[in-house]
Amino acid sequence: MNEPLWGAAVLWTAVFIYAMAGSIDFGAGFWSMVYRREKDTRASVIANRYLSPLWEVTNVFLVLFAVALVGMFPSAAYALGSVLLVPGNLILILLTIRTVFLVYTHAVHRHQSGLRTVSGITGLVIPALLMTVFPVAQGGFLRHTGGHWTLSLASLFSHWTTYSYIALGLTSELYLSSLFLADYARVAGDDSAFQVYRRNALWLGPVTMLAALFTLWAIPSSAAWLRRDLAGQSTLFIASAACFLVAMAVLWRGSDVRRRWYRLSVVASVAQYALAMIAYGRAHLPYLVYPSFTIANSFTNMEMFRAAVLVLLIGIAILFPGFVWFWRLFLENKGYVGKLE
Amino acid sequence: MSPDHVLLARTLFATSLAMHIIYATLGVGIPLMVTVAEVTYALTGDSDYAIMAKRWTRGFTVLLAVSITTGTTVALQLSLLWPRFMQVVGQVIALPFLIEIFAFFVEALFMSIYVYAADRIPHRWRIASVAFVAVGAAASALLITDANAFMNTPRGFRMVEGRAVDVHPWQAVFNPALPTEDAHVLVSAYMTVAFITAAVAAHGLLRRAHSDRVREHQYKALMLSLALGGLFGIFTAIAGDASGKFIARYQPEKLAVAEGLFHTQAHAPLVIGGWVDGVHQRVIGGIELPGLLSWLATDRFDGVVKGLDAFPRDTWPPLYVHLLFDAMVGIGMLLVLLAIAAWLVKTVRRGQRFPFPRWLLWLVAASGPLAMAAIECGWIYAEVARQPWIIYHVMRTADAVTPAPYVGVLCVLFVGLYILLSVGTVLVMRGYFRRHPLAEEIEPGPISPRRVVWLP
Repeated sequence: MNEPLWGAAVLWTAVFIYAMAGSIDFGAGFWSMVYRREKDTRASVIANRYLSPLWEVTNVFLVLFAVALVGMFPSAAYALGSVLLVPGNLILILLTIRTVFLVYTHAVHRHQSGLRTVSGITGLVIPALLMTVFPVAQGGFLRHTGGHWTLSLASLFSHWTTYSYIALGLTSELYLSSLFLADYARVAGDDSAFQVYRRNALWLGPVTMLAALFTLWAIPSSAAWLRRDLAGQSTLFIASAACFLVAMAVLWRGSDVRRRWYRLSVVASVAQYALAMIAYGRAHLPYLVYPSFTIANSFTNMEMFRAAVLVLLIGIAILFPGFVWFWRLFLENKGYVGKLE
Repeated sequence: MSPDHVLLARTLFATSLAMHIIYATLGVGIPLMVTVAEVTYALTGDSDYAIMAKRWTRGFTVLLAVSITTGTTVALQLSLLWPRFMQVVGQVIALPFLIEIFAFFVEALFMSIYVYAADRIPHRWRIASVAFVAVGAAASALLITDANAFMNTPRGFRMVEGRAVDVHPWQAVFNPALPTEDAHVLVSAYMTVAFITAAVAAHGLLRRAHSDRVREHQYKALMLSLALGGLFGIFTAIAGDASGKFIARYQPEKLAVAEGLFHTQAHAPLVIGGWVDGVHQRVIGGIELPGLLSWLATDRFDGVVKGLDAFPRDTWPPLYVHLLFDAMVGIGMLLVLLAIAAWLVKTVRRGQRFPFPRWLLWLVAASGPLAMAAIECGWIYAEVARQPWIIYHVMRTADAVTPAPYVGVLCVLFVGLYILLSVGTVLVMRGYFRRHPLAEEIEPGPISPRRVVWLP
C-alpha cells in the first residue's frame, strides 16, 4: 500500500465509524419520535437514554472526517468545499437545532414531545443530506468553469441516483439503530422494548437489501466506471451478504431477551457494512471526486502526511483507555441503561 | 469574486465566530472554576463549594453543548466558505486541527463521566475527571488559536504557483505568534469567566429577599471569583503587553492601525479614543500620551514605531479597529482596577460579614458582560486588523472565498438561528435556576468546614 492509499483508508475508516455511530444516534432520535405516544412500551425511553451521553462522541467523527479530508487530500477538500456550500450549511443548521434542542429539553425537563419531533425529523433529514455527497463524488454533477468548480443543485436533485443513495442511507440507519437499540434493551433487561426493536430490524433488514440493489441499478451511465468497478468487487459483496444472512438468522431465532448471543446479530451487521464499504471504497478508487480528483493528485505532501499519521496514532493511544472507561460506565452498565426516567 | 460576495462570506463567518467565541470562552473557563471549587471542597470540607461546583456545572452542560455545535459549524464552514484557504491549511497547518479533535474528545469523554456518572465514581476520580475537562478545553482553545497564530505569522512553507512547497508542518505549528497569542487567549478567557461568575453572584446579592445563609454562600462565590478574576486580569495585562510588542515587530501595520499611527516615527504617542480619519491621516479627538506607544512597543521612548505609511494603501486594514482595540484594553484595565478596589473595600471593612456596598455590587454585576464584550472586541480587532489578508502577506481573503452562490441567504438563516440560540440559552438557564433556587440546594443550618478558605 502506498501513502495516498493509507490516507484514503484512514478517511474511509472515519466515514465508517461516523456512519455506524451516526446511524444509531440519528436513528434513536427517529424511533423516540415514533414511539412517543405508546404507553405500554419503554422503547422511547431506551432510545432517549442512549442519546444523552453519546451525541458528542458521534459529532466528533463528523469533524474528524472534515479535518482528515483537509489534512490528507487538501485539493479534494477544496473541490468539495467549493460546491457543497448550500447542503453543507443546511446540515450545520439542522445539526445545531437538533443538538441544542436535545440539551435544552434535558435541562428544563419540559417540551419532551417537541424534542422528539425535532430530533426525529432532523434524524432523517441530516443523514439524507449527508448522503448526497456520494452522487456528487461519483461524478457527472460538477462543472469546471472560469477556474472554479460549481455544482448544479437542480440536476443533482432531479436524478434517481441521488434518491437511491438517500434511500440506502435512511433504511440502513433505521435497520442498524433498531438492531443496536434491541441489544441495548437486552442489556437493560427490558423485554417489551427489545421485542419492538427486534421486529423493526426483522422487516427493515430485507428493505436495506432492496435499497442497495436499487442504488446499483440507479447508477447513471455517466458513472459507468463505478458500476464496472463495483462488479469487480463481487467477492467482498458476497461475504457482506453472508454476514447479513447470519444477522437475520440470529434475529429470527433470538426472540428471548435473556439470550446473550443476540449480540452476534449486531456484530454480524457491523461486519456486513464494513465489508460492503471496503468493497465500495475499493471500487471508487483511485477517484475521490470523479474524474478530476484522484487520491494521488489531491494528496498532501509527505511531511504533512507523516506528521498527521504520528498525531493520529498518539491520539488514539491516549484516548483508548478513556474510551474503555466510558464504554463500561454507560453502554455496558445495567444500572445506567435500566434506570427509569 | 465581487466585493459584496466576499463581504457576505465574511459576515456569515464572523457571525458564526462571534457566537462561538462566547460559548468557547465560557467552555474554557468554567471547568477551571469548577475544578477550583471541587478542590476547595476537598481541602476544606465546606459544602458550599460543592454546591458551587454543582451549579456551575449545570450551567456548563448547556453552554458546552452550544459550544460544540457552534464549534462544529465553524470547523466545517471554514472549508465551505474559504476552500482555497483550507487547501493551504491542509498542506501546511492541518496538525493543530487534528490534535484538537483529540483534545476535544478528552473533554467530551470526561465531561460525560463527570456529569452522568458522578454518583458512581469516588471523589478523587471526580476531581480528576473535571480537571481533565479543564485541560481538554484549554488544549482545544490553544490549538485552534495556534491555527490563528499561523494566519498572523505563517511559517514552514513557500508558495510556488498556488502550491505549498518545502513544507515543515511542525515549524508551522510553532510559529512565532504562538506563545503570545496562546497566552493572551487562555488567561483572558479565565479572567472573563471569573468575572462572569462574580457577576452572577453579585446579581444574586442585589436581590433583597435573602436569608443570611444564602448571602454567605454567594459571598464565597463572589470572593473566589473576584480573586481569580483579578489574578488572571493581571496575567492578561502582562500577556497583552507581550502581544503588543510582538505585533510591533511581526505585524507592524496591525499595531499602527490599532493606534491610528500614520507616520513612522520615534516618540510615537499612545492615542486613547478618538476617530481615526483616513483622509487627513490623523486621529480626531483622542487623548494623546506622547512617547508612550514607542515605550510600549519597544521599551524605549525614542524607539521607532512603523506607521501605516510604510505599507501600500491597498493593504491597510479598516481604520475603525482603533476603537475596538481601545475598548478591549480599556475594559481589561478597568476590571483589574475593580478587583483591586473590591479588595481594598474588603480590607477596610474587615470586621463586617458582608462588606460590599450596593454600588460595588452593581459594578461587579456589570463586569461579567463587559469582560465578554472585551473578548469580542479583541477578536474582531485581531481578525479585521489582519485584513485584507487571510494568511498574512501570503493570501488575500478575497482570493480564498468560495465561488458558490446563496451566501446571503445562508447568512440570513444563520443570523436567525443564532438569535434563537441566544434567546433559548438565556431562557433555559433562567428557567433551570429559577426552579432550582440556591436556597433549596445549600445546607440550611450553619456549616462547620474543617478549614476556612483563605483569600487575599
